[in-house]
Amino acid sequence: MEVEQTALPGIGLRHEFTTRSGRRIGVVSHRTGRRDLVIYDLDDPDRACETVKLNDEEADALAELLGAPRIVQRLNDLHRQVEGLVSLQLPIPTGSPYAERPMGDARVRTRTGASIVAIVRSGQVIASPGPDVVLTGGDVVVVVGSPESTSAVADILSNG
Amino acid sequence: MHETAILFLEFGAVVLGLGVLGALALRVGISPIPLYLLAGLAFGTGGILPLATSEEFISVGAELGVILLLLTLGLEYNADELVTSLKGNARAGVVDAVLNAAPGAVFALLLGWGPVAAMAMAGVTYATSSGITAKVLSDLGWIGNRETPVVLSLLVFEDLTMALYLPVLTAVLAGLSFVGGAITVAIALGTVSVVLVVALRFGRLIEAFVASPNSEVLLLKVVGLALLVAGIAQQLQVSAAVGAFLVGIALSGKLAEDAQALLAPLRDLFAAVFFVFFGLQTDPTKIGPVAGVAALLALVSMITKLLTGAYAARRAGIARAGRARAGIALIPRGEFNIVIAGLAVAAGAHPDLGPLAAAYVLILAAFGPLAARLVQPFITAIAKRA
Repeated sequence: MEVEQTALPGIGLRHEFTTRSGRRIGVVSHRTGRRDLVIYDLDDPDRACETVKLNDEEADALAELLGAPRIVQRLNDLHRQVEGLVSLQLPIPTGSPYAERPMGDARVRTRTGASIVAIVRSGQVIASPGPDVVLTGGDVVVVVGSPESTSAVADILSNG
Repeated sequence: MHETAILFLEFGAVVLGLGVLGALALRVGISPIPLYLLAGLAFGTGGILPLATSEEFISVGAELGVILLLLTLGLEYNADELVTSLKGNARAGVVDAVLNAAPGAVFALLLGWGPVAAMAMAGVTYATSSGITAKVLSDLGWIGNRETPVVLSLLVFEDLTMALYLPVLTAVLAGLSFVGGAITVAIALGTVSVVLVVALRFGRLIEAFVASPNSEVLLLKVVGLALLVAGIAQQLQVSAAVGAFLVGIALSGKLAEDAQALLAPLRDLFAAVFFVFFGLQTDPTKIGPVAGVAALLALVSMITKLLTGAYAARRAGIARAGRARAGIALIPRGEFNIVIAGLAVAAGAHPDLGPLAAAYVLILAAFGPLAARLVQPFITAIAKRA
């Protein structure tokens, strides 16, 4: 799928793509922050037959509705694809030896073979975090690996 | 009566009248520009109610109006956008210039007005009103349309062409000798390029100087800077309008947005005054004889804009209906055309040029948006059948 980006001088930016079923949809991002969701006409492919104006809040809500279930779905797909693979959500306790330290210090992958694929922090997801992301007490890390390696990670994160 | 009292009475009546006309235009759904021009024609030279004292005041207001119009136009674009649009659409832009400057120039030559007037008339038929077109696009919900970037980049190209054309026209109108003219044009082009380079390279420095969290300070700084540069540009024969336009381009981002919001009411007031002033200078009794020519010129240049839009949209891979819409969106003429005609009239061009330009803009500023509205269902019908 190819998303086309076009500059609208004096207005902002437009992104658009064609769905597999042949409908063309796009988003006009105005400099003022307004977002227009546009749907193109089937008979006249260049005409926006529907334009829905969205303010910041509405655009966020729509993005969440379309985006959030997709992340869960992708994780579930991953489980189904690879047998013997476990994903665990491990909270970092406030007293963890790795709290307030870069994630790389725990050397999780080297020591256990499991990977930290995401950090959930106050409702936000940090996907594929790098080794320099600082862990904080209260974070939840998502670990993927074999059953043994993931439980080893749980031990490392709480006891060092 | 005291002179100040007369001044306020006259100016107040004019502005109030414009307000009423604006409300009328809003209700009918057309641009108020043609109504402002009509109001100017009704007063002023040869009109039903000549103004006694306030004409001088209005003329200064009109000059301010031009500067504010061009300053806010420049604020809409940033230098990067201009350069990108120049690179990507140069060919369509050149087609636009050639096709649409031709009708004005040819008409002026056929009427025997000479090459200087031909050059001015070329500008009058060339420039699409970016103000009216932008409004048409948003009113009809065409902003999301796929042909809209084509239209917008043509507008950007035109505005940039104006930055080169206006200084050259100013020099030619000043009636300098060939060598003197060439020197002035060289200075003009040099200044424009220097300012563009400064805007591209050092835009941030200018912004850092102008920026202020206080809206009053920001307003004073932006207007002051624009007037100062306009004055310098005028002194160098580059045309004050271009100076203000370049200041607008140099400012971008959040600062430009804030400044635009602050300047909008000022611009609306003085731009209205500008259109009235052009009407004031034009003798309505002179319009009758040139009305036929103006209508013919409007028709011809409508067709050339339709062709331009169709050509540019086709190059961008737009289907038939979209090509027609691109052409229609380009039809309206307005502020720039009057600015150009105003320069020519002030320099003492052919006496019929003012009335012809007024009638021409009256037709296309009123008819352009209307045409877009009327033709929309028709185009959709064609697209459905194809």
